[in-house]
Amino acid sequence: MSAKTEFTGFLRQDGRKGIRNTILVVYLVECAHHVSREIVYPFRKQGVHLIGFSGCYPNQYAFDMMSRLCCHPNTGGVLLVSLGCESFDRRGLAQHVRESGRPVETLVIQERGGTLPTIGQGQQWLEETIFELEETTPRVTMSVDELVVGAICGGSDATSGITANPAIGRCFDLLVENEASAIFEEGGELIGCEQIMAERAVTPELAHEILGTMEKTARYYTTMGHGSFAVGNADGGLTTVEEKSMGAYAKSGSSPIRGLIKPGDVPPAGGLYLLDIVPDGGARFGFPNINDTAEIAELIACGAHLTLFSTGRGSVVGSAISPVVKVCANPETFRRMAGDMDVDAGRILEGQATLNDVGQEIFEQVLSVAGGAPTKSESLGHQEFVLTYKTFEPIGPACLPV
Amino acid sequence: MPDDQSGLLLRISENDNVYVLLQSLSAGTRLQLGEKIVVIEVSLGLGHKIAARKIVSGEKIVKYGAPIGSATRDIRMGEHVHVHNIKSDYIPTYTLDSKTV
Repeated sequence: MSAKTEFTGFLRQDGRKGIRNTILVVYLVECAHHVSREIVYPFRKQGVHLIGFSGCYPNQYAFDMMSRLCCHPNTGGVLLVSLGCESFDRRGLAQHVRESGRPVETLVIQERGGTLPTIGQGQQWLEETIFELEETTPRVTMSVDELVVGAICGGSDATSGITANPAIGRCFDLLVENEASAIFEEGGELIGCEQIMAERAVTPELAHEILGTMEKTARYYTTMGHGSFAVGNADGGLTTVEEKSMGAYAKSGSSPIRGLIKPGDVPPAGGLYLLDIVPDGGARFGFPNINDTAEIAELIACGAHLTLFSTGRGSVVGSAISPVVKVCANPETFRRMAGDMDVDAGRILEGQATLNDVGQEIFEQVLSVAGGAPTKSESLGHQEFVLTYKTFEPIGPACLPV
Repeated sequence: MPDDQSGLLLRISENDNVYVLLQSLSAGTRLQLGEKIVVIEVSLGLGHKIAARKIVSGEKIVKYGAPIGSATRDIRMGEHVHVHNIKSDYIPTYTLDSKTV
């Protein structure tokens, strides 16, 4: 192995280690969004990220997601911004963050004198906290087996399933060999792969759970009347959802599937995990995930330190909290959008590299980004974030066999 | 890569009845498929599929060695295989011209 498998991370009081030392400014309802964005703006290149939840009505999933994200190992401190009358449990969230040992402050706009005073107070808190975190966060050695890595595809075309996704699969195999945790997400994008996926489960009970979750997925998308398939997918040569699925499935590599988790569940040990992103209890709030960013946020809530993002058509998104490594499947897209892409997997199509070469290159990128090197989307300031309403039941015991 | 026909076509799994284009092809391009010469009728982008043999209506389309849908009409060898002649066995595909296939 040519890559260095140790790097410097940031130690949190719960013992988990992060690869970034980010401060989150969190709006707790859309009405606090603008004030939060203004607070962040001058600090946006100093590791301050904006996330939030737009809804005024309470939702347990949104609260749990926020709790996970605010206590993510990449998160060093949290500023909550509330209008004052929304339903989000700001005290519960602040207490949760405080108990994790992170600096946390809550600004209620209605109590702080409105827009300008709140912005001023928020920016003052940021100035102090950036300095404090820089000075006081312990730096520690971190190794590859402590990493959690997610994978997603977005803006897929017919090259995604031939180059970038199987190359990410090779990288996943290397991560699992090195005892890291690797998570691939399941949406409508694995419809048609249920049997082959179930055969890779480490126990028959887990296989049964995977089949059950795929039945739920097919039912859910049938109710929506629309598969996980965008118009651009067809322009790019993909014809059906199951064709797209087979390509997406290649991201998982060839390791046994060790567990089935839901958003916010952190893998208990190294290995390959399938993330179920489809809500339980029937279709209530619309599409399971309205876009790629919502899915990335769920991978991060499961502890992903970074996310591998395969794209053929050419997505430009990054993410708040955890860096996104963009693996470009299509050589024509790479040439057109090189400034947004971290890895050129299209070389495989043109005979200039093998799947193993690119898989190894992605693995080395993972280690380099974990060690602090910025990804293209990080350098460009991409910090997309989306969180919507959903409902989940907790996973059953068969989902995480020991 | 298996069955790469001079860098133009890729058959991902040997059971596949479609080829994937590794380059864009302009209308009128002549390709040799086995014993036969076929003419590409419309310009096709990288990643699109053509039939590796004659496919009859109702037959499964196989790519990655797995079914990815069914033919909605007979498809000639070398013909573009896409939303106009195959359909999902799971959830209909939505396109901007509102043809669900």
